[in-house]
Amino acid sequence: MLRVIVRRLLQLVVTLMALSALIFIWLRNLPGGPVEALLGERATPERRVLLTKALGYDQPILVQYGKFMQKVVSGDFGNSIRTGDPVTEVLSRAFPATIELAAAAMIIAVGLGVPLGYLAARHRGRILDNLTIAGTLLGISIPIFFLGYLLKDGFTQNIHWFPPSGRLTTGIDNTTVTGFFVLDGLLTREFDVTADALWHLILPAVTLATIPLAVIVRITRASVLDVLNEDYVRTAEAKGLRHRTIRGRHILRNALLPVVTTIGLQTGALLSGAVLTEKVYNWGGLGTLITDSISGGRDYPVLQAIILLAALVFVVVNLLVDLSYAFIDPRVRVR
Amino acid sequence: MSDPITRPGVTAPRSGGERGDGVSERNIGLLGERKKARLEELARSTADKGGVSLVRDAVRRLRRNPVAIVGAIIVGLFILVAIFAPLIAPHDPVQRFPELTKDLTVDNIPGSQSGFPLGSDPLGRDFASRLIHGSRQTLFVGVLATVIGLGLGVLIGAIAGAFGGWVDQALMRVTDVMLALPSLLLAITLVAMASRSTQWTVIFAVAIVNVPIFARLLRGSMLAQRESDHVLAARALGVKERNIVLRHMLPNSMTAVIVQATLTFAVAILDAAALSFLGLGDPDINRAEWGLMLGVDGQRYFEVRPELAYYPALAIIVVALGFTLLGEAMREAIDPKNRR
Repeated sequence: MLRVIVRRLLQLVVTLMALSALIFIWLRNLPGGPVEALLGERATPERRVLLTKALGYDQPILVQYGKFMQKVVSGDFGNSIRTGDPVTEVLSRAFPATIELAAAAMIIAVGLGVPLGYLAARHRGRILDNLTIAGTLLGISIPIFFLGYLLKDGFTQNIHWFPPSGRLTTGIDNTTVTGFFVLDGLLTREFDVTADALWHLILPAVTLATIPLAVIVRITRASVLDVLNEDYVRTAEAKGLRHRTIRGRHILRNALLPVVTTIGLQTGALLSGAVLTEKVYNWGGLGTLITDSISGGRDYPVLQAIILLAALVFVVVNLLVDLSYAFIDPRVRVR
Repeated sequence: MSDPITRPGVTAPRSGGERGDGVSERNIGLLGERKKARLEELARSTADKGGVSLVRDAVRRLRRNPVAIVGAIIVGLFILVAIFAPLIAPHDPVQRFPELTKDLTVDNIPGSQSGFPLGSDPLGRDFASRLIHGSRQTLFVGVLATVIGLGLGVLIGAIAGAFGGWVDQALMRVTDVMLALPSLLLAITLVAMASRSTQWTVIFAVAIVNVPIFARLLRGSMLAQRESDHVLAARALGVKERNIVLRHMLPNSMTAVIVQATLTFAVAILDAAALSFLGLGDPDINRAEWGLMLGVDGQRYFEVRPELAYYPALAIIVVALGFTLLGEAMREAIDPKNRR
């Protein structure tokens, strides 16, 4: 087990190193070079030379990469071209927003998806099952930003059930502790903040939840169907165990194994979806940051930091899922 | 979803009639005639059992499956509309009509009127014709992105699966790097790397995202076949390694790849739409492509005329659904668990 963990961790480090090298090379080969990206096309030659020196671009490439990595490891990603703020600061403001949104979406997806998938499997071939399957197919076929606009239009324009955008009502007084507004409200006992943040969170979270929800429903359903036919379920029934016990201990517990893996894999879908959802609801997280960094002249320092951060989150989550799998499933553990 | 359908059971041979093909002279000399005949018999019988009948079996099951039929009808109609778009569309998709531009402002985009069933687009062009022509560009983007992704993925997967060892390890680490980023973020990164977007950057970005998926799929299937009986039989016959890979292993892995390609098409047009929505799409204002229409005009004028978003969105949903239904039905049909 330990060997597996160490091997996977090494692989992870290698992968991230390779990615960082690629990004580094990309930045060096920008059209016009990074200096022009910073100064714009009409800068005087003197200023260019000055900045080239200041940024160390006149040194050998390996030295540059070494310095780049040294800075990255110590958390220094340079300054944003657009605003001039340190990238780390910009990211630390946006990161909690995205995590809050993604977590809420995941809670919805798992909370609804597992019971729905289970029910669909139990009623296989009947109307509930067919409706559920049709729903999941629609869920993965609809462009989620379009769904976002539909929900926004439906629930914020004519019936004002939810606010159309942002994370908090402007003017509301909140204290930032963790950056997760729902949590901050609870921690500082400003419950109005929590309520307001939740109210803002619902529509974006539902939008973002569609794809993971559809996938989780399908996996749960398929997995429950597999388990229902297992011998140990028949044995349990033959022993005369109560249905509730069979359902909980024998069926659900075994059926949830593949679901756990799926949840990990859906982190990717969540991060991808967040970019789109955040643009629709003007959420102010990493997704908004990416969109802004691209459209308002490419803000490369910010972009590269987001890319590395997203990769880190994605890879680490998947590693954790793989490892947790070994703990949940004794069959994997033995090997 | 990650390491999808790598089902060893699907790897049925289909190399029926190539008797003695690729068997080197020397080996024939060494084997007695009877022995040789028996080995060939073995190679052929394993081939016949899986091969032809599996595909036929799958097709038979597909034709009985209503899901597959619905999917196939949608896909078929979509392709027909794309081919005959100029005949179906009432107008030229890029021409601006004075009837439509007359009252056209940012806040007033004329709706349905005589001769223009769905009204105008933001530039005074016939929206209905653009939608119909949009099927062509959408098919073009989807097919090209899928084919490029499949081609590169199959190349990487086949090399990894055929050579194994360190080649395999090295190539799999490359796919690891590609898989380290969530799909849309990878696509965004790729587009952002190009100084400006064109239709090709979009196609390329969407294609690259799918490369590691195809590569892993094919590799897994080929590795599973290395151990299978028909490969063993071919090897015993003295078939050259190159021919084993090209004629026995690769063709038998392609079923799973084709199924994946069908599903990929749906994802590709959704991804292309997402890139357009983020402002990273094709900048050509004359191009009529559903993702572009939805992501750019549909977004910008959603409040003024939501139809500009509704119709392309509906088209994308229906087509993506069609490909997904067909792909899922195909996947189910080739699943050995469902064989009788």
